[in-house]
Amino acid sequence: MIAAIILAAVMGLEAPLADPAAEKRAQALFMEIKCVVCEGEPIAQSGAEVAADMRIRVREEIAAGRSDAAIRADFAARYGEEVLLRPSAKGIGAFLWGFPLAAFVLGALALWRNAASRRRQTETLEPEAD
Amino acid sequence: MIAEIGLLFACAAFGLSIGQALLLTQAARKGDSALLASGRWAAGLASIFALLALLALIAAFLRSDFSLAIVAHNSHPNKPLIYKIAGAWGNHEGSMLLWCLVACVYGFASASRAPKDGSDVAWLDARAAAVQGVISSLSFAYLLLASNPFARLDPAPLRGGDLNPLLQDPALALHPPILYMGYVGMSVVYAYAIAGLWSRAEPKAWAKAARPWALAAWSFLTVGITLGAYWAYYELGWGGWWFWDPVENASFMPWLAGAALIHSLLVTERRGAFADWSAILAIACFSLSLLGAFLVRSGVITSVHAFALDPERGIWILVLLGLATFGGFGLFAWRARGEPGEPFAMVSKEGFLLINNLVLVVSCATVLLGTLFPLISEAVTGATASVGPPYFNATFGPILALGLILAPAGVLLSWRRQIGWTSLRPLLGGVALALIFALAAIIGASAPWLAASCAALAGWLLWGAGVDLHRRAGGKTFGESLKNVRRVPLRGWAGVLAHAGLGVFTLGAGVETAMRQETTIALAVGETGAAGGAQFRLDGVETSEGPNYYIDRARLTVTDGGATYAMAPERRYYWAARTPTTEVAIRDTFGSDLYVAFGEPVGASGGKVEAADDKPRWRFRVNRNPLIGYIFGGAALIALGGFCGLIGRLGRRTAGSPAKAPV
Repeated sequence: MIAAIILAAVMGLEAPLADPAAEKRAQALFMEIKCVVCEGEPIAQSGAEVAADMRIRVREEIAAGRSDAAIRADFAARYGEEVLLRPSAKGIGAFLWGFPLAAFVLGALALWRNAASRRRQTETLEPEAD
Repeated sequence: MIAEIGLLFACAAFGLSIGQALLLTQAARKGDSALLASGRWAAGLASIFALLALLALIAAFLRSDFSLAIVAHNSHPNKPLIYKIAGAWGNHEGSMLLWCLVACVYGFASASRAPKDGSDVAWLDARAAAVQGVISSLSFAYLLLASNPFARLDPAPLRGGDLNPLLQDPALALHPPILYMGYVGMSVVYAYAIAGLWSRAEPKAWAKAARPWALAAWSFLTVGITLGAYWAYYELGWGGWWFWDPVENASFMPWLAGAALIHSLLVTERRGAFADWSAILAIACFSLSLLGAFLVRSGVITSVHAFALDPERGIWILVLLGLATFGGFGLFAWRARGEPGEPFAMVSKEGFLLINNLVLVVSCATVLLGTLFPLISEAVTGATASVGPPYFNATFGPILALGLILAPAGVLLSWRRQIGWTSLRPLLGGVALALIFALAAIIGASAPWLAASCAALAGWLLWGAGVDLHRRAGGKTFGESLKNVRRVPLRGWAGVLAHAGLGVFTLGAGVETAMRQETTIALAVGETGAAGGAQFRLDGVETSEGPNYYIDRARLTVTDGGATYAMAPERRYYWAARTPTTEVAIRDTFGSDLYVAFGEPVGASGGKVEAADDKPRWRFRVNRNPLIGYIFGGAALIALGGFCGLIGRLGRRTAGSPAKAPV
């Protein structure tokens, strides 16, 4: 409900960057930075005034020639790590980012080993149609 | 008075659920058909009393009886009739009563399904209905002790606080009942897992009995999630349909586990393999449903849907969650059969279904980890963190894509062991169709790589579904199959429709995510502006009044391509709830939407843009959402496939009629 109130309060209107490539970078970053007064919304979607200010700041930093990583770091330093919807891969974040691939590879390995151990038993099986 | 009667009905249903559990347990232990009949009666009466309790609550809402706390907090005399009814479950207490009702009905359904011949299957159904009786009783205990919907307010207020206006919407009136049919349906699947472990049921018979319930729960969950996504799309006014929000993830995790279960049960029913694995998945599905309820109700993780927060109740649900999970897995550890079932080679239908399960379970675990990570991070390192769409898209997407690539092949493989590649040859056309789709997207719409790859996947899946249907129709030529297509049994359509639906969904989701455009414009009356490839002229802004809200409506004339049409987005202010909402205007053109949300006047909040003149201007957010209709349409096809599988499986319970049709 809070989000809705904030949403209806303002809808940001800011000038896009002149360079389409730079604007595209800005739009991508909008999806990665959380609006600090909303609940779990990226600044791209938020109508909150703070989100509009944050979008302006992203565009200013891009115009000033800063890299995406530097902009993310700036926001994290200013608002805390939780402002980044793409969590950092450092520390415990490494587990978060590493888990899906590791789980999949380990699972696949277990399946493969299981199949290999039963190969003698299964290679004479007759196929069965549906 | 009606509230007290309702409470009495709820207490009666509670007592009858306990009776159902005891009677059916005894019936199964003694093999007593008379007790089974009594248990069935208890389950039926429990359902009726639960329904009467809900009707009593609805009556209180219809009469705007503000001496009831939840009516006072969630209703208003001026609210439209349908939202007075839906208001009964548009709040925590009422929705828990609905949960109890659905649990009772499922319990009655499984007790009724038990054949009267005293066969093993009958006692399996009876045991499952007994477990379901325990689940209903615990739900009622929670309802009566921790969230009584019939609690009185003294003194009664004169006016109600109105239902959250965002919920005053047709899709959201239907969303909770259908979602609960899915969530609570998982409890029956769980009940069958417990019943199977308890009686050490023969795997094939167990899977055959449990599978319709899994299909029912999963299909309803699909519809419920889709309605929720559709609602978020047109009601929240943000232009998006899926936010990887904790509440959305809460419903998506049991869906993923349920999808794994349906595929795993396929193998258990046919080949007796994966029996233990299916039991684990069945337990996990219900645990994830309860975890979802816990996340939503407790508010431990803040969410954009945060309208149902109450930490104390969270503890209760956590206790139930612990009971169900540890109880279930404990029983599993004690009673699992540990039999491998009939052997199979890795390249076989079983092998590919195993990979399907790996994909779905890893996806589910990833969503679970991402959802809980903020809690884990804070507990372990003290550092706060957020996990949003960038994480889920980057991890979940590729894993699922792999599953989608393998799906059409898995459908065509032989059971036990695949020899040679002949049966996969028809898929060569799918490679061609995938390339055509991708090229069409790149050349026709200059799609970026993500949209083009999703288009290719869609072509591949649609071709695969077509080949599957061709095979099931059994024609030698395409034309012959087309003539035979009416003879394909309903259950044969299940996989075809669901996999085709996945293709349609993937096309829509990929193209929409990669190619949506969003522009904000400010217009004064009479002014024209360009956004989303169309011209907008603001003809005027009018005010009017709805039953329980004020309206600001913008009259826009839109010139889009050759066509000219009117659009009228609204802003509403619900005065009783003191909440503003947006009512977007949507124009659908071949599944692509032009989506307009009406914003605030420029300058109303220290506007950022200096106007050249002093005319008042209003902001409009314009989205061009390509192929968004395909997202919801694809999801609907997936659900339709699930229901086909369900209906095709009902009513075949007599022994000696093993399924010979392709499964």
